[in-house]
Amino acid sequence: MSGIAGTFMVMAIIPLILILLYLLIQGISSISPSVFVELPPPPMVDGGGFGNAILGTVIMVSIATLISVPIGVLAAIFLSEYSGGQLANWIRFATNVLSGVPSIIIGVFVYGAIVLSFKTYSAWAGGFALSILMLPIIVRTTEEALKLIPQEVRQASVGIGANDFQTILFVVLPAAIPAILTGVTLAIARAAGDTASLMFTALFTQFWPNWENKLAEPTASLAVLVFNFAIVPFKNQQQLAWAAAFILVLLVLLTSVISRLATSKRQF
Amino acid sequence: MTSISEQTRIGSRPPVEKTADTVFRWAAIISALAIAGFLIWIVLQIFIQALPAITQFGLGFLFKSTWNPVRNEYGILTPIYGTIVSSIIALLISVPIGLGVAIVLSEDYLPTKIQTILVFLVELLAAIPSVVYGLWGIFVLIPFLRGITPLRGPGMLPAALILSVMILPTISAIARDALINVDVGLRQAGVGLGATRWETILWIVLPTASSGIIGGIMLALGRALGETMAVTMLIGNSNQLNLSIFQPSNTISSLLANQFAEASGLQVSALMYAAFVLAVITLAVNMLAQVVVTQLQKI
Amino acid sequence: MLSPDDTINQTQAVLNAENVDIYYGDFLALKGIFLQIPKNKVTAFIGPSGCGKSTLLRCYNRLNDLIPVFRLNGKITYHGQNLYDKDVDPVMVRRRIGMVFQRPNPFPKSIYENITFGAKLNGFKGDYDQLVEESLRGAALWDEVKDKLRQNGMSISGGQQQRLCIARTIALKPDVILMDEPCAALDPISTLKVEELIHQLKEQYTIIIVTHNMQQAARVADYTGFFNVRVTDEGKRQGYLAEHDRTEVIFQDPKEEATKEYVSGRFG
Repeated sequence: MSGIAGTFMVMAIIPLILILLYLLIQGISSISPSVFVELPPPPMVDGGGFGNAILGTVIMVSIATLISVPIGVLAAIFLSEYSGGQLANWIRFATNVLSGVPSIIIGVFVYGAIVLSFKTYSAWAGGFALSILMLPIIVRTTEEALKLIPQEVRQASVGIGANDFQTILFVVLPAAIPAILTGVTLAIARAAGDTASLMFTALFTQFWPNWENKLAEPTASLAVLVFNFAIVPFKNQQQLAWAAAFILVLLVLLTSVISRLATSKRQF
Repeated sequence: MTSISEQTRIGSRPPVEKTADTVFRWAAIISALAIAGFLIWIVLQIFIQALPAITQFGLGFLFKSTWNPVRNEYGILTPIYGTIVSSIIALLISVPIGLGVAIVLSEDYLPTKIQTILVFLVELLAAIPSVVYGLWGIFVLIPFLRGITPLRGPGMLPAALILSVMILPTISAIARDALINVDVGLRQAGVGLGATRWETILWIVLPTASSGIIGGIMLALGRALGETMAVTMLIGNSNQLNLSIFQPSNTISSLLANQFAEASGLQVSALMYAAFVLAVITLAVNMLAQVVVTQLQKI
Repeated sequence: MLSPDDTINQTQAVLNAENVDIYYGDFLALKGIFLQIPKNKVTAFIGPSGCGKSTLLRCYNRLNDLIPVFRLNGKITYHGQNLYDKDVDPVMVRRRIGMVFQRPNPFPKSIYENITFGAKLNGFKGDYDQLVEESLRGAALWDEVKDKLRQNGMSISGGQQQRLCIARTIALKPDVILMDEPCAALDPISTLKVEELIHQLKEQYTIIIVTHNMQQAARVADYTGFFNVRVTDEGKRQGYLAEHDRTEVIFQDPKEEATKEYVSGRFG
C-alpha cells in the first residue's frame, strides 16, 4: 500500500515538473528585453513584445488592490475585533462562498454591471473584476493575521485608555502587517494570472494603455495575451504566449516562496 | 460626603475621538456586509440579464443541444453534459491520487524537510494560472495523447486530465489537514491493538477524517465545475453531444469564454442564462462544501 | 484604637466602594463590598482563589465592561464621583486609573513607542524624550535600557518587560495604579525590584495590588483587604470582604477567625 501511495505522490509531482520544465525551455528562449517594451506583432512577423500587456496587468492589479485591500482589511477587522455571534459567521460563510465563484462568472457579472453601464470595456472594469477575486483571499488571510495577535496586547491598550479604533489601528494592525502583506501578495499573484475575468471586461488591445482616455478603453493583460496567442496557428505569436506564461509563473513562484519565508519568520 | 472637585472629575472623551471610534466601527461593519452584498449582486445581475432568454426558452434550455445564433435557437445540454462529465472524470482520477498524496504527507514516512518541500510543490500546482495549464495542454498534452489514444485533437479527455491536475492540490491540501487533525491518540490506539500502519490508516484514521475529506472533495468539485481557461483551450468547443471522451465537447464555462465576446442581442441573454445555471450549480456545491467543512471544525 | 475608617478618612479616600455586588449574568460573584482605598498608600487584596479580588480590582478601571454579562450594583466612587454613572466615559477612567497585568504585555513596538503611545492618547504635547526618560526612571528601568530605546519592547527580559509596563502606565501620570498579581510571572530577583519600585511609587500614586503571596502583601502594603469565599444556600461560591485593616493588624492581630486561619497558612 505504501508503494501505491508513493507512486501517487510521484504522479502528482510529475505534471508540475513537466510544466515548469517546458515553460523554462520555451520561455527562456523567447524572453528578450524587447518583450518588455514593444507591442504585439501581427501574425508571422517576428519580434515584437507585450509591453502593453505587462503594463496593463500592472495597472489593473493595482486598481484591484486599491479597491480590495481597504474593504478586505476592514471586513477582517470587523470579523476579528468587533463582532461575535451569528453575523460574523454569516460573513465568513459569504466570504468562502465568494472565493468559490468561478472567475468567468465574475467577468460576466462585471460586464453587465460596469461595461454595459458605461458602454465601454475598460481597465476600470477589469480592475474591479480582479478586486472581487482578491477580496476573499485578503479577508481570510487578514483575519488569520489579526487572530494571531494575543489578547493581552489588546488588553494593555484598552487598559491604558485607548479607544477601540486606536487599539486596532495603532497597536493590533501594525503588529499584523507582515502577515497581511503576505496575504495581499498571494492575492495579487492570483489576480495577475486570471484570464476569464478580464476577457469581457478589459478585453484586449494591440496598443499601449491610453491615459488620455483615463483608461476607459480595452486594455491588454498578460493573462489574456497568453490565451489569445495560444490558440492561433502563428509560431511567432505562440512564442510570445510562452514568454508571457513564463513571466506569470515566475511571479507565482516568487510570491509563493516569499509567503512561505514570511510565514516562518512571524513574531507571533 | 466629599463633593466632586473640578480637578479630579472624570469627564467625557473629546468628541473627535468618539466620532472617530463610531465612524471606524461602521466602516468595518459596512465592509463586512459589502462581501455578502457583492455575492447577492452577482447573482441578481446575471439573473436579470438572463431573463429575456429564461422567459423565451424556459427550462427546455437545459435539455436541448442546438446552439444556433443565426436562428436564435439555444440549448445548453452539451455544455451541461460536458461540465458534469469532465468534472466527474477529473474527480475519479484526482481523489485517489490526492488522498494518496495527503496520506504520504501526513504520515511520518518522510523527513520533515522533504515533507515541507513536497507540500510546497503541491501548493505551487494550485497557484499556476489556468491559462498556463491550457497552453501546456495544447502543445504538450494533446500531442502526447494523440500518440497513444484515438484522440485527434482537442476533446473531453485532455480537458478532464488537465482538470484533474488542477483540482488535485485542493483535495490533497484539505485531506492532509483533516488527516493531521485526527487525534494522535486514535492512531496510537490502532497500533496498540496490533494493527499495521495501513490498517490504522484505512480503518481508523480515514473514517475519522472523512467529513473533512468529503468537504475537500466537494470544494474540488466546485472548482472543477467552474474551471474555464484550461478547459476551453483543450475541450474543442463543440456543441454536438458526443459520448466518446476522444471527441470534442463543451462546458458551460468554455461556452461563455468562446462566445461572449462576439455575441449580441438574444445570444447574450442566452449566454447569461447559461452563466446563471453555472452560478447556481457552483454556489450550491460550494455552500454545501462549506457546511460539511465547518462540521469538521466543530468536532 | 483607631478604626480603619477613621485613619483612612484622615488620609483621604480616593476610591470608595459602597455596598457593591458584582454579577456575571445571574451569578453573584461578590457580595456586599464596603471598602475605602486611601490616597498615596498601598492597599493589598489577598485571599484564596476565586474570591473575586481580581474581579473587584478590574471594576476600578471599568475593565470588566469588556465582559458582556458583567453587572455591578452599588457605587464605586472616585474622589466622590460614581465611576459607574451613565455619563462617565470608561475610556477616560482608564487614563486616570492605570493597570499593570499579571503577565507582562508590552506593545509589539519599540521601548520608546511603548511609553509615548499612551501619552499621545492624552494629547501630550511636551518633550517626548524627556517623558520617556522620566517614566523609565520612575520604573527603575532607565539605566538598563537607555541605550536600546529603539529595540522592540518584547525583546527584553520578563522582569524588565513588567517594569516597562509600569513605565508605560506612569507615563500617563495617572492617579491610581492597579496591579493584578504583577510579580506572578517573574523570577525572585525581578520580583524584589518591582516591590522596591512599589515603595517609591506610592509617594506619587495610590496603589492597589492583588497578590497570592501573603509575604509580599506584608512587605509591600500599608493596608490589606482579606477576601474570602463562602458557599451560599444554593451551593454556589460567593466572594466577600472578610476583613480590611492596616497590614500589621491583619497579619498580627486579625479580628476574624477566617483571617487568622488564612494568614497562618491553615488554608488557602
